[in-house]
Amino acid sequence: MLQMKKLMLGDHAVAQGAYEAGVKVAAAYPGTPSTEITEYIANFNEVNAEWSVNEKVSMEVGVGAAMAGKRALVAMKHVGLNVAADPLFTFSYTGLNAGLVAVVADDPGMHSSQNEQDSRYYAQSAHVPMLEPADSQEAKDFTMLAYELSEKYDTPVFVRLTTRIAHARSFVEIGERKEVEYPYKQDISKYVMVPANARKRHPAVEERERRLSNDINGDLFGESINKVEYGKAGSNKIGIVCSGAVYQYVKEALPDFAIFKLGMVYPIAFENIREFASKYEKLIVVEELEPFIENALKAKGIECHGKNLTGLQGELSVQKISEAILGHKALPEEHTENIPMRPPVMCAGCTHRGVFYILNKLKLNVVGDIGCYSLGCSPPLNAMHSLICMGASISNAHGMFMAKGKEFSKTNVAVIGDSTFIHSGITSLIDAVYNKSNITVIIMDNRTTGMTGHQNHPGTGLTIKNEPTHTLDLEAICRACGVQNLSVIDPYNLAEVENAIKERIKADGVSVIIAKRPCILLDKSMRHDAVSISDCKKCGICLKIGCPALSRRKDNSVEVDAALCTGCMVCAQTCKSGNIKKENNK
Amino acid sequence: MNLNILIAGVGGQGTLLASKILGNYAQLNGQDCKVSEVHGMAQRGGSVVTYVRIANKVYSPLFDKKQADVVLAFEELEALRSAGHIKDGGIIIVNKQNIYPMPCALGAAEYPGNIYEQLSKYNAKIHKIDAIGIATKLNDIRTVNIAMLGFSAAVLNFDKEIFISAIEKSVAKPTLEINLKAFEQGYIQARG
Repeated sequence: MLQMKKLMLGDHAVAQGAYEAGVKVAAAYPGTPSTEITEYIANFNEVNAEWSVNEKVSMEVGVGAAMAGKRALVAMKHVGLNVAADPLFTFSYTGLNAGLVAVVADDPGMHSSQNEQDSRYYAQSAHVPMLEPADSQEAKDFTMLAYELSEKYDTPVFVRLTTRIAHARSFVEIGERKEVEYPYKQDISKYVMVPANARKRHPAVEERERRLSNDINGDLFGESINKVEYGKAGSNKIGIVCSGAVYQYVKEALPDFAIFKLGMVYPIAFENIREFASKYEKLIVVEELEPFIENALKAKGIECHGKNLTGLQGELSVQKISEAILGHKALPEEHTENIPMRPPVMCAGCTHRGVFYILNKLKLNVVGDIGCYSLGCSPPLNAMHSLICMGASISNAHGMFMAKGKEFSKTNVAVIGDSTFIHSGITSLIDAVYNKSNITVIIMDNRTTGMTGHQNHPGTGLTIKNEPTHTLDLEAICRACGVQNLSVIDPYNLAEVENAIKERIKADGVSVIIAKRPCILLDKSMRHDAVSISDCKKCGICLKIGCPALSRRKDNSVEVDAALCTGCMVCAQTCKSGNIKKENNK
Repeated sequence: MNLNILIAGVGGQGTLLASKILGNYAQLNGQDCKVSEVHGMAQRGGSVVTYVRIANKVYSPLFDKKQADVVLAFEELEALRSAGHIKDGGIIIVNKQNIYPMPCALGAAEYPGNIYEQLSKYNAKIHKIDAIGIATKLNDIRTVNIAMLGFSAAVLNFDKEIFISAIEKSVAKPTLEINLKAFEQGYIQARG
C-alpha cells in the first residue's frame, strides 16, 4: 500500500538498500549529487560510516572491508571515480569475499560539476558490471541486487545514478535489515596482485564477464533487471532502448512505443536487444551523455539510431525526446524579456570574500580549486583565473613556476579550501617544496566542507557521526611538508590579508597563508548584528566585495539588507569615509 | 488530482522543504508523486527550481515549459523567470518579496519594475501573498515557505486537515508549532 511507503531521494534509497543488504562499512568523500547517500547511511548504528579524505581512500576502505568479509558501500560523484579508479581497476581482478558496491553519480547538464564525463566507460574499461535505476524504488532494489551479483560473480558492482535520480524523490518500500558476514580467508594468489598472480586473474575476469553476459541474456534474472515493454499492437514501427531517468522521459514522450529498458548498462544484453530489434523497422537508443549503448550495439552489428537524433550535451527531457523522435515543434517564445541572471554567490558574511577582494585589488593571477571559493571567479571579485580539479591549484601553480620562473610566480597565487587541501592538496604541497618551487598558497580554512553542505573532515575534529576525533593541524602539516614561510590570518581583517599576501609573494620558496575562520553558516555567533550606512558618498567601493547584503539604490547610494547582513565588517573596511558601522555599535 | 507544481525561489528560501511537504500531502491522499530538487552549487543564493508532480502514476520527475498547473514563486523576479512553465489557465502564486541578484545589486542590470505587467501577458491567474510579512510577524523568517504553502492550500482547495498532517510528517518537532501558525496565517490571507 502506498501509505506504507516513504518519499525518498534516490540517494537515500540507495543507502536504505545498502542498509537492508547488511552493509557494515560505508565510505565516501562528499560530492554532489552523491553526498546524501553516505549522510543517510551514517544514521544507522549498525553501519560503520566515514568521510574519507578522498575517493581513492574511500574505495580502498571499501575494498578492505569486502576482503575481510563484510559488505561495503562506496559512493562518489563522476569525477570522484577518476580519483578512485586506481584501486577499483585492480580490485576488479582480485574479486572479493563480501560484496562491494560502488555508487557513481553522473551530472548531465553540470548542475554542480566541472565536466560531463560518462561513467559507463569505466564499467567497460574495468570490467565491472553496472546497474542503472530509473527511480528511488529501483535505486533501493538495484543496490540490494548489486550485492547479490557482487558475491555471485566475485566482482565489485557499480550502481550508476544521474542527478535526476539521485536528487529526485519518489516512493520507496522500506524493509528489514539482514546481516551478512563471511569468514576472512587468506588467499595469496587471489589478493596479491604481483604480475604472476595478476596474469592468472585476468582470464578469471573475462570468464566471469562471459558468465554474466550469458546470464543477463538468458532467463536467470527474469524481469528483475532488464525489462521489455511492448507498445500497443501496430501503433508504431520503432523500438526504443533506454535506461535510468531517460526511461521516465520516454514513457511520457512516447507512451505507446515499445521499450527495451536496460537495468544493467554493462554488460549489455546484446542478444535480447537483437531479438527485440528484429520486431521493428527502426531501433533508437535514447541516452544522455555519450553514445555508450549506441556504439556498443553498432559494434555488435545491431543497426540503430541515437545521437544523430538526440545530441551529446546536457540533459534530455520529455520535450527534447518528443522533438527528436516525433518531430514535435519547440514551444513558442516566452512573453518575458530582460530577466537579470541570478548566479550563485558567496553568502553574506562568507569568510572567503575578503581574500578575493584583496587578490583582485592586487591584480594577482589566481590558480583556483574546487569548493565554494570557486565562486571567487565571478563578478565583481573576478579573482580566479583557472580551475581544473580537486587539489590542482597548488600543482598548477608549481607548473606555472616551472614554466615561467620566479618573477612570474610573484604575481601568482594558488587558492584551495581546507577540505580540498586534505583531499589532494597536501601531496601537491610536498611536491612543490621538494622540487624547489617558488609559489604562494592560500588555504581558505573555513573549518568544513562547504559547497556540499557542511560535512566534517579531518580538520574539524569530528567524524561523520559527530564523534570527537583527532583534529588535523593544517599549520603543522604545512611545516612538516617543509614550508618555512607560513602565516595564519583572519580573513575578516583586510589589512592583515593584504599585508600577508604582499609579504608572502615576495618571499623565496613555498609560502602558505592559512586564512582561518569558520563558515558563516556554521558560526551562529555571527548573526543579526547588521551594519548600517550613514551619509553614503556613493563611491560604490563597498560593492566591489560582492556581498549579497549590499545593493545600489536608484540614487546610487548603497543600501544594507539587515536581514542578510551578518556584521562581518568586511565592507566597513573598504569604506573610505568610515560611514559603515554596526547599528548597535557592538 | 493531477498537478504539476513548479516551485521557484532563491537558494536558501526553504523551497526544498515545501516540495517535500507537497509530496507527503500527495501520499496521504493516496497518490503517486515525484519531486525533483537541485542541490550543491545552485543553493548558494542562485535561482532554484523544484518540480513537484502529483498524479495516479508519475513517470518523469521533470516537466517542460507550459506544463505547470501551478507556479509557486518565492520571489518576484523568480516568478518572472519561471512563468514560461505555466499552462494556459494555470495559477501563479507570488510571494511579494524582492531579493536583488548580484548583477542588480552592483548596478550592472536593473531589477525589473514591471514584473506583474509582464506576468499578466500569460494566460494565468495571479495571486499575491505577503509571506515575508507573515514570517516577520511570527519573528521567524524561515517560515516564509510554510506561509506560502498555507496560502496555496487555500487557493488550490487542498484538504486542510490532510495538509496539516503532511506538515507534521515533514518538519522537525521543535519547529512544528511556529510552522503551523505560519500555515494558518497564509491560509487566512488567501481566504480573507
